[in-house]
Amino acid sequence: MTVTLDPSNTRTLPLDGAYIRNNFPIFRNRSSKNPFTYLDSAATSQTPQQVVDAVETYYNHYNANVHRSIYAAGEEATEAYESARDKVSNFIGADDSHAIVFTRGATEAINLVAYAWGRNNLREGDEILLTEMEHHSNLVPWQLAARQTGAKLKFIPFSEDGTLENSEASFTEKTKIVSVIHQSNVFGTINPVNEIINLAKSVGAVTLIDAAQSVPHLHMDMTSLDCDFLAFSGHKMLGPTGVGVLCGRTELLEQMEPFLAGGEMIRTVSLETSTWNDVPWKFEAGTPNIAQAIGLGAAVDYLSGIGMETIHRHEAALIKYTLERLEGMDEVTVYGNPPERGGVVVFNVEGVHPHDLSQLLDRDGVAIRAGHHCAQPIMEKLGVSATARASFYLYNDFEDVNRLTEAITSSLKFIT
Amino acid sequence: MDDLRELYQEVILDHNQNPQNFGQIEPATHSGDGYNPLCGDKLSLTLQVQDDKVTDLRFRGSGCAISKASASIMTTVVKGKKVVEVEALFGAFHSLVTTGDTDDGDLGKLAVMAGVYKYPARVKCATLAWHTLKNCLSKKDEVAKTE
Repeated sequence: MTVTLDPSNTRTLPLDGAYIRNNFPIFRNRSSKNPFTYLDSAATSQTPQQVVDAVETYYNHYNANVHRSIYAAGEEATEAYESARDKVSNFIGADDSHAIVFTRGATEAINLVAYAWGRNNLREGDEILLTEMEHHSNLVPWQLAARQTGAKLKFIPFSEDGTLENSEASFTEKTKIVSVIHQSNVFGTINPVNEIINLAKSVGAVTLIDAAQSVPHLHMDMTSLDCDFLAFSGHKMLGPTGVGVLCGRTELLEQMEPFLAGGEMIRTVSLETSTWNDVPWKFEAGTPNIAQAIGLGAAVDYLSGIGMETIHRHEAALIKYTLERLEGMDEVTVYGNPPERGGVVVFNVEGVHPHDLSQLLDRDGVAIRAGHHCAQPIMEKLGVSATARASFYLYNDFEDVNRLTEAITSSLKFIT
Repeated sequence: MDDLRELYQEVILDHNQNPQNFGQIEPATHSGDGYNPLCGDKLSLTLQVQDDKVTDLRFRGSGCAISKASASIMTTVVKGKKVVEVEALFGAFHSLVTTGDTDDGDLGKLAVMAGVYKYPARVKCATLAWHTLKNCLSKKDEVAKTE
């Protein structure tokens, strides 16, 4: 793939943003006045034509329910749905020891574990270990589980630079589950999950990694990571909304009670009682999100075609350049400075509230996120009510960063 | 630049830079907090109400230009008004920022907020102070805040 140069011609990017954007119709459709500068991929990513095509082909050519239809279209649908499961499994390097359960998103995947595992395994006095930098989706389900079971919540703190403090002291004999965000959606920090998983194993705790921000951007290898559960969302990795994944240790999933109940997840049903389908279908009650899962399979093909290591290097170069540009602006305060980070940065502009900033940047076609990023405890600790966030993906390039900083400058002129 | 000038009118930017009645009354007869969980905007309102009239009110808090200016303008408009008049103004203001309807002759200075209705995501910013005021007036604080 060709490379782009920054204006000073001294830097290169591993990917050609303009070439990649050609695969994403939204960039053509929304770039009438200004180039659509999309810097909110940590919230949701844009969708390539390949994914739209896969969803459309399902609806236009073989729309049928899976696992029960005895006719060709139904068999094709089952085949495509199950092949999407295999693609996802290969993409994250999982083997037979782990199964792929399709959920509605990362949130549902975490809730599945908090209910189906948590409620039956946590007891009063047990400890649920999280970090202070969790997204609400990996905090609130555990608050509910703690309330139901009498287990206690404990948190690994983070320091001012946005990295976790030494976590060893947080692990005790009472630690029953450790659920940790892999890549922070606020600071972009890539947390030392291998170390955390090892510490958890040493006290016999179950491990869950919230990989909503990491699977879309990093090369994952479940066999070496070897956590019990890994949760992520399709729509942050070029896939459709409404599909996510819980990759779970097969043995644990087999021991667990179902989460949602109904059709598909059963083997036999009588009026009085039922038995369960095999893993993973035991956790996929009702007609699943067939089109979305097939779309996610296409997204995984697309990402694999480019290579996750290349994508990570691309984003690392972009974030480095962005930090230099932002730190060069007197009015800008950047929060956190983790050495291992993905393509996410939070900041504030003096005299311009992040909401106003986001509204004003939109005038120049620049889309960023403003608010608490579903992480109110982090904002509390930083002592701010809200921040602006820019996040990158494979379709961004240096020009996007330049448009961001230029738009910040013009916003400052507008509002002050 | 242009469309956004309708939203961010000069008057709004002025109030954002130099908010009126910013601070706290102590002791207050009424007080209350407003919070917008979507964006984290926070607002504290303290009032002096005598003989069903808002004789004084002040606000504190952090928020975007729209929410800050809206609170500031609200305090200047509400000060000296009877509680029933304030309630009527709440209705007129709400329809102003949700529909752009400026027919209500009593809006006065509030009319500068008319641009908000074109930006549905910002309606909550504009109405936060007003919702807080309405809550304050509907319940009296028995013990005036002293801090």
